[in-house]
Amino acid sequence: MSESKIRVLIAKPGLDGHDRGAKVIARALRDAGMEVIYTGLRQTPEMIAEAALQEDVDVVGLSILSGAHMALVPRVKQLLEAEGLGDVLLLVGGIIPDEDVPKLRELGVSAVFGPGTNTQEIVEHIRAALQRETS
Amino acid sequence: MPRTPTAEALAEAVLRGERRALARLITRVENRTTDAQDALATLHPHTGHAYVVGVTGAPGTGKSTLVNVLTRALRERGQTVGIIAVDPTSPFSGGAVLGDRIRMGDLVGDRGVFIRSMANRGSLGGLAATTGDVARVLDAAGFDVVVIETVGAGQSEVEIAGTAHTTLVVEAPGLGDDVQAIKAGILEIADVLVVNKADRPGVEHTVRALQAMLSLGHRLRTVGHHGQRMAVEETSAPPEYDFWDVPIVQTVAISGEGIAELVDALERHRAYLRQSGDWHARERARVTAELRARLQETLWERLLEERGAEALSAAVEQVLARELAPQQAVRALLNGR
Ligand SMILES: Nc1nc2c(ncn2[C@@H]2O[C@H](COP(=O)(O)OP(=O)(O)OP(=O)(O)O)[C@@H](O)[C@H]2O)c(=O)[nH]1
Ligand SMILES: [Mg+2]
Repeated sequence: MSESKIRVLIAKPGLDGHDRGAKVIARALRDAGMEVIYTGLRQTPEMIAEAALQEDVDVVGLSILSGAHMALVPRVKQLLEAEGLGDVLLLVGGIIPDEDVPKLRELGVSAVFGPGTNTQEIVEHIRAALQRETS
Repeated sequence: MPRTPTAEALAEAVLRGERRALARLITRVENRTTDAQDALATLHPHTGHAYVVGVTGAPGTGKSTLVNVLTRALRERGQTVGIIAVDPTSPFSGGAVLGDRIRMGDLVGDRGVFIRSMANRGSLGGLAATTGDVARVLDAAGFDVVVIETVGAGQSEVEIAGTAHTTLVVEAPGLGDDVQAIKAGILEIADVLVVNKADRPGVEHTVRALQAMLSLGHRLRTVGHHGQRMAVEETSAPPEYDFWDVPIVQTVAISGEGIAELVDALERHRAYLRQSGDWHARERARVTAELRARLQETLWERLLEERGAEALSAAVEQVLARELAPQQAVRALLNGR
């Protein structure tokens, strides 16, 4: 009777008004059997942390195209930790310059995915990181 | 709290008002873990306070947007609100994209509100199998009102009427001729009809069509009667019954227009439920249906366990071979032969 699903929050912080990439990822994760909460555009870090708490997600995926990642990601991470959600797997997707990737990883981001990443790679990363074979 | 607290510990924390524990317990309840059943039992004595409002209607009629403004209005009246928003699970992958929160941005940062998205996990009827249990967890957590948004419903998604005290059916103009999207089955569960998107052309037409449907074939009103919820013809009902006339409320959810009228309609229906005895009738009917469903499931599982799946397949073969009639096969299984 008991079944558990990987729950993922896909959020788009910042001011750029374009969420096609985020929607593609949301659908790919759904097709991999995950439950994806999609919160739409222009989410503040506070909104993201609150939704992550209420939805009890295993994964938070941030899609950032605006270049503001070095401001947004630390803030989201800090708020997640303040809510007791430090263990949540944090992923970043979008346009991130190579030199920022190690900095983000140091902040606790599990992986950074650039444009054109094969969605299967993201699915596999999540499954491996959560150490669950099936969804 | 330990990293993986027991559901029991989570239930205690829910009663203390801890939001993270609430979120985590809801996950266990959704996953139907064994310990979640014990936690629900712990919470049960603390339930019965919340007023449960269902919001159903065809896809895209504005249910989530309406829940957003309705919740804001309830908050202004001092009520705390727990929201459950149900979306469909993909039958192909078992996954889901849950997008109702997109419309509920106004409620962020308000600790008097808790929003939870649920996938229906293959359940028919517009809700997930565990939505009722999740509503009870929110009830025990102390929310004054629990609002449940169903899967965008066609006609068979009427389970919400068995879960909510008051069911709003949301319609919008321009969904096709003569309120096509609203089928008879779903009209009958409406306690309040909402014509949303009243800023759109064709709203008068939609309202007139609904009025006609209410006064024609559907001039059925529900009354509480010996603990049963039943529909009666207006003319044949004894005069001492309290009647509820299904109101039609026009709203513009994106601007908040008409929401005060909607909250008034809810309060009137709530008062009606109390005065007519229908509140208790609905609760009794809900508990009866639930016990029945749980008993069926438990007895079925017990029978399978005691007799073994082979006994069942053997009985199937005997019926196919015309050695036994289905009735005889059932008797044989029950008697353990
Ligand atoms: N013009 C107008 N548009 C509205 C109104 N209410 C909602 N909308 C829009 O209608 C669209 C659908 O709204 P939702 O609230 O997502 O509808 P829903 O019924 O929850 O949709 P599902 O959950 O997918 O079934 C959105 O683009 C809303 O902005 C309204 O009163 N007037
Ligand atoms: Mg919706």
